[in-house]
Amino acid sequence: MNAPFAVSRRGFLVAGAVAGGGLWLGLAPDAEAAAAAPAALNHWVRIAPDNAITIVSQNPEIGQGIKTSIPMLVAEELDVDWSQVTIEQALADAKTYGRQVAGGSMATTLQYDSMRRVGAGARAMLVAAAAAGWGVDAATLTTGSGMVRHAASGRSASYGSLAEAAAKLPAPDMKTLALKNPKDFRIIGKPATGVDNRKVVTGAPLFGIDVTLPGMKIAVLHKCPVIGGKVASADLAGVKAQKGVSDAFVVAPVGDLYALAGGVAIIADSFWAANKARDALKVTWDEGAGTGQSTPGFVAEAARLAGQKGQQTIFEAGDPAGAMAGAAKRVKARYEYPFLAHSPLEPMNCTARVTGSKVEIWAPTQNPEPGRKAVAETLGVAESDITIHMMRCGGGFGRRLTNEYMVEAAWIARAAGVPVKLVWSREDDMTHGNLRPAGFHHLEAGLDDKGNVTAWTNHFVSFGNNGQFSRAAGLDATQFPARFVPNFRAEASLLPLVTPTNFMRAPANNAFGFVMQGFIDELAHASGMDPVAFRLQLLGPSRLVGEVGKRDSYDAGRARGVLQTAAKMAGWGRKLPARSGLGIAFHFSHLGYFANVIEVSVAASGDVKVHKVWVAGDVGRQIVNPSGAINQVVGSVIDALGGTMGLAITLKNGVIEQSNFGDYPLPRMTDAPPVEVSFVLSDNDPTGMGEPAYPAVPPALANAIFAATGVRLRTMPIDTALLKA
Amino acid sequence: MATELMVNGKIMRVEAEPDMPLLWVLRDVLGMTGTKFGCGAAYCGACTVHLDGAPVRACQTPLESVGKARITTIEGLAATPLGRKLQDAWVTLDVPQCGYCQAGQLMSAAALLAETPKPGDAEIDAAMNGNLCRCATYTRIKAAIKLAAGAKA
Ligand code: FES
Ligand code: FES
Repeated sequence: MNAPFAVSRRGFLVAGAVAGGGLWLGLAPDAEAAAAAPAALNHWVRIAPDNAITIVSQNPEIGQGIKTSIPMLVAEELDVDWSQVTIEQALADAKTYGRQVAGGSMATTLQYDSMRRVGAGARAMLVAAAAAGWGVDAATLTTGSGMVRHAASGRSASYGSLAEAAAKLPAPDMKTLALKNPKDFRIIGKPATGVDNRKVVTGAPLFGIDVTLPGMKIAVLHKCPVIGGKVASADLAGVKAQKGVSDAFVVAPVGDLYALAGGVAIIADSFWAANKARDALKVTWDEGAGTGQSTPGFVAEAARLAGQKGQQTIFEAGDPAGAMAGAAKRVKARYEYPFLAHSPLEPMNCTARVTGSKVEIWAPTQNPEPGRKAVAETLGVAESDITIHMMRCGGGFGRRLTNEYMVEAAWIARAAGVPVKLVWSREDDMTHGNLRPAGFHHLEAGLDDKGNVTAWTNHFVSFGNNGQFSRAAGLDATQFPARFVPNFRAEASLLPLVTPTNFMRAPANNAFGFVMQGFIDELAHASGMDPVAFRLQLLGPSRLVGEVGKRDSYDAGRARGVLQTAAKMAGWGRKLPARSGLGIAFHFSHLGYFANVIEVSVAASGDVKVHKVWVAGDVGRQIVNPSGAINQVVGSVIDALGGTMGLAITLKNGVIEQSNFGDYPLPRMTDAPPVEVSFVLSDNDPTGMGEPAYPAVPPALANAIFAATGVRLRTMPIDTALLKA
Repeated sequence: MATELMVNGKIMRVEAEPDMPLLWVLRDVLGMTGTKFGCGAAYCGACTVHLDGAPVRACQTPLESVGKARITTIEGLAATPLGRKLQDAWVTLDVPQCGYCQAGQLMSAAALLAETPKPGDAEIDAAMNGNLCRCATYTRIKAAIKLAAGAKA
């Protein structure tokens, strides 16, 4: 089997003695870290003499279940019972742990092999210690439930009792370790409930916003309503006179809008007092360049740019102009989608304590190291003087890939001279987050008389400055159906943007899926072909398209597999009542292949009801934690339905017009249809689950609505007024 | 101003302004952080607590309006068999993703089951629709309520 994506298997196992007689074992990312490791405090596995077994979770937990699934890999090969282990959250420390990011659905991909080897390495050392102690051949020993056994003599010993002796042995070479045969798995592949669930359901302090330090104050940072604006003048005395308020000061901007945007900091005994004092704040703003931004202005400018040649070429193959001219049939369409706000339910927050040159931070962040760098640069402190505790995040979705709240908290804590918990209001986050970029696609395709797509062009109008796409606003050259249509051109033009943007769950793909799979559906109908048959013809035979080992290589066979599975699950082709329909779509992103079928009915009023969603996903040969995996897929589907149906962030004179969940209506229980999930197990390395189920959902919904009504919706959020009978 | 509150069966004295919402009295004055802040505007239900058994949004409940009502928060949910059943169902079915909304979900669910021991889908929807879950764990929430109620999912 080819390896569509190659993970480098570098790294060194390192081991030593825990104070008090236990064994620790870690995985150093490079030789330098391996040499320094004995001094490091953070390790992946610790086994104490009393048989307490601790597995450290290196990645930020944002609800993707990584604090459960990755330690399961270690526990499996260590050969302990899942109930025997305690999971501990690592500090942010890239030197010890390497990558610590909740993003790109990469943790499983990168760690499926290495974390198993960490468990296997510790097990091998414990077995070696027992063999030496008993004077027997290690090969005659077996393990299970945290015990080493010698069947012939009936001897057995707990891992804890062997830990001290094992700690004196050298760590094994990670490449030579034998791993379990998957058919012997007792933990991997079995549903496990989240390791923090008991704390969640009892209300124990767990999240960033729950952090409480002695002498701590609560801060809010009041920012200019126009994104990018700064304080011109502020009546601080009036604010300081408010009940419960202990301090107020102006924070000047430092760095870009992902660092310290600036505003008026208000420090109080409670969030309530700090937030309420804003009402008494008299402030004038220097609104800056952002005031020129408006959603209708963007739409008009996008239309103007669409009439011109693209400013840059993204991908070109064959002779698109010639093939288009010679096509039997040509189809043109314009697709559009809005800005979105990530809106995790826990508002942005961060707690910081500054003592001399040392900064200690408690942050719900998906990506701590860039935060450390930004704090160091902004405050002028050494990176090594910053300690970051990664707190459980009340949702991420990409919002916490940036760390501006971390920089703000550190800055404000230092200026205030007390430990500070900075809390953003919901309104702060909705009006000052980093947005999923809006976008406009101007598509044309040429078809021959057999339903083959012979030409495809797309002029993508996106956002960016000086020829550079804004974050998460770019189009990847290999976005499907690039490489599957012989004559192809994708080009882009950019609208200038002040407002910061950023990656949102399945970034870019969360919108491209809608565009490409919606347009492909139009082409199927224009060809008079069944939408599944048309897609299979477009994919062509099973083969790897692109270079072996590259992240964007495309396995047509895996795409075919999920497409056919989803169609079968849903009973594709069955007859439905009037104004009901099935829609299908597939998408590849984040190394995962997903397809889904959605069944809708559309009322005479235009209201759309989603009856059911069938999802087929291929993320490799092994699902690590089926319970968490299904939770991720179902969550992604409902998230995507919400993102298609009613959500949009709009700008007017540089101000975001939405402020809270009243005008940004996230899906609720009554919006959540049943979702049936099936995993297609293919012989590929396991990959991540938090994102790739999203992108095929919006187009499947639009395609189902077309099947039910004959109305093609090309704009998100969908306008149900167009669907009236 | 000093006020006496009955929180999870204990009398607690708090110094706080009368218009301070109960959410912030709990979180910032009493240091009970189980009750969550999501929107501050009655949209999300993350802050749901019980006053004399009835679910209320703590972010919309000024301290002065609480009076002698018994307050139950997520930290006190395990005090009743029903509360424990719900918590166990949530763990068994692995409901949480990020978990942030779940305190509020559980408090709404507990109030529902106290009134309606075997709710149907429509009753669950009606009782729970004010509680947002950004991670969209709704199908499992519904299943867990049914499991706790002893009903078939
Ligand atoms: S915080 Fe009270 S309803 Fe959202
Ligand atoms: S579990 Fe994340 S908001 Fe509900």
